[in-house]
Amino acid sequence: MAPVLSVEDLSVSMTDRDGKLVPVLENLSFSVDRGRTIALVGESGCGKSMTALAIMRLLPEGFVVTSGRILLEGEDVLTARNQRMRALRGDTVSMVFQEPMTALNPLYTVGDQIAEALYHHRNLSRREANEQAVEFLKAVQIPAAEHRAKTYPHQMSGGMRQRVMIAMAIACKPKLLIADEPTTALDVTVQAQIFDLLAKLQEETETAIVLITHDLGAVAELADDIAVLYAGRCIETGPSQEIAARPRHPYTRGLLACMPHLAIGQPKPSVWVDLGEIPGMVPGLGNRGPDCAFLARCSYASEVCRSQPQPPLGAIDTGHAVSCWLAREIAA
Amino acid sequence: MNFHAITHLADGNPYLLDVNDLVVHFRSGRQRPWTKHAVVHAVDGVSFRVRRGTTFGIVGESGSGKSTTAQAIMRLVPATSGQIVFRGEDIMPLTGEPLRQARKHLQIVFQDPFSALDPRRRAGDQIREPLDLLHIGARSARDERVRHLLGEVGLPPEAADLFPHQFSGGQRQRLCIARALAPEPELIVCDEAVSALDVAIQAQILNLLKKLQRERGLTYIFISHDLGVIQQFCDEIAVMYLGKIAEQAPASTLFTEPRHPYTWSLVSAAAPPGPLRDALKAKYLVNGEPPSPVNPPPGCRFAGRCPFAIDQCRAQQPHLDAVGPEHFVACHRQKELAGPDFTLPAL
Repeated sequence: MAPVLSVEDLSVSMTDRDGKLVPVLENLSFSVDRGRTIALVGESGCGKSMTALAIMRLLPEGFVVTSGRILLEGEDVLTARNQRMRALRGDTVSMVFQEPMTALNPLYTVGDQIAEALYHHRNLSRREANEQAVEFLKAVQIPAAEHRAKTYPHQMSGGMRQRVMIAMAIACKPKLLIADEPTTALDVTVQAQIFDLLAKLQEETETAIVLITHDLGAVAELADDIAVLYAGRCIETGPSQEIAARPRHPYTRGLLACMPHLAIGQPKPSVWVDLGEIPGMVPGLGNRGPDCAFLARCSYASEVCRSQPQPPLGAIDTGHAVSCWLAREIAA
Repeated sequence: MNFHAITHLADGNPYLLDVNDLVVHFRSGRQRPWTKHAVVHAVDGVSFRVRRGTTFGIVGESGSGKSTTAQAIMRLVPATSGQIVFRGEDIMPLTGEPLRQARKHLQIVFQDPFSALDPRRRAGDQIREPLDLLHIGARSARDERVRHLLGEVGLPPEAADLFPHQFSGGQRQRLCIARALAPEPELIVCDEAVSALDVAIQAQILNLLKKLQRERGLTYIFISHDLGVIQQFCDEIAVMYLGKIAEQAPASTLFTEPRHPYTWSLVSAAAPPGPLRDALKAKYLVNGEPPSPVNPPPGCRFAGRCPFAIDQCRAQQPHLDAVGPEHFVACHRQKELAGPDFTLPAL
């Protein structure tokens, strides 16, 4: 079976002030099958959101795709006509944005905003679309859905708005759902509720999900596969259990070590142990040469890393690939 | 208690800060021009004490009143009633110069390092400002002191001449910490100070805060919604819900023997993935979101979402009762309800 989404060798560049092209994403490849979830993980500035926008063909002005293909059910979205893209967005592929405050239109009721997708893509009458919108509000567990459908976004809390965003995104039962940090703005208990909701909806509709997040620990549960991005390059990819248990790239290891995880039912160590930290920060756009982008922050860096350009992703185990000269030496 | 009695207690007092029945109510907008103003019960009777040299954590969801508590302690929002005894002195009635002098020992680091710095002034000037305003040190020595402070937070001395936009988010938070350190405070309130940062940067800042605490014997009030960070970073933790403390305990006991159903819900939501988390979530994770603090329910604030609520919970407010050493819980049913079993299911 062909994957729902297949991104092949995607590169995106930004035009800078002098008109030069600065690479933002370099040679990114991944694919998602029906009913599966892939998580794109990394710090800010790693190109996670750019990947999502490239798939939706919503890249901001000045950003261009310089190479690669994005196949959505076998159809290349990069060469599709604008009219075709409009038909795909919200129907075959839809997106949940990070900020539920700014992604909803403040001038329309939430019911209207959900109905809009149904009205356009499903040729329903206004009335049928509105009725279905209420059903979708119920599906995302919004209490008193009939009443809520007639309210405006500002009358809802952040968690409610994020649920509305999800209801909007799943209204046409998309083949692919892109969720860009869907829970960062929300409280922990609401976060857990939203993740549960996504998992339940996926079970029912077999939607493929691309989940974008900076929290490597939290995704192990929801995602089947993980791709770790660093400075616009994929540096490690594989099944999520495998990556969580046996990370090979120094950056992935750093990300896992610097996150203080809740230890329950165990006494806390009486003295503070410094969190593993990754010194420095992600190199800025335009400061990324052919060398390994993580070189300056890497505690494992050796002569081979300094003398050679960044290696391509190399398979280290079934489905587990790492872009690091020392991947084999860094024992799992 | 009068002023002198409190100053007298200060000798050998292990507590740097004693917050006593703090209440902060805001007047919110009216629904109609002829209706009355609604009252937001942001903080409703919060009491706790913070030991010298330790970190006191406040955790809770948005709207729980944790930031308002911090701002009331800083005297940045007017409190409706209550006492804030800092270094043996109730700072609540202070105004003008005495308040300014008290704030010398009381500093805050905010969540968003982008809006906490003036974009039009050089970093060094902003760190120097508290020294100038509080007349600390000789004027000529202040620039040297700024460079020293920059070094302490891990920035080069040249950073003093740069503007905020020339720094990254993590570096700006370092600048905010340097500014807070400038008047040599005893207590620093960190209001979600690492929440806006990337995980790798968050670890750098947490390590820095701990280093400064070790070197200077600082006391922190650390506010966060991230239970993992709170557990690792704090010595004592208060769990707030809708303007009240639901449970307060040392960090070591809060996550081994939590007693309040709200804490159970938080812990099950934040537990590391695995079968234990699934079991906890099925039993303890509550649905929905906190009700509005405008008209809080008459009984226990959590009763509406609590899976264990009985009639008494909806009618009567529970008191914060001691259930163990330094462990306090506000729940009518804490004696009869068994806490979660963290050993199940076997991994």
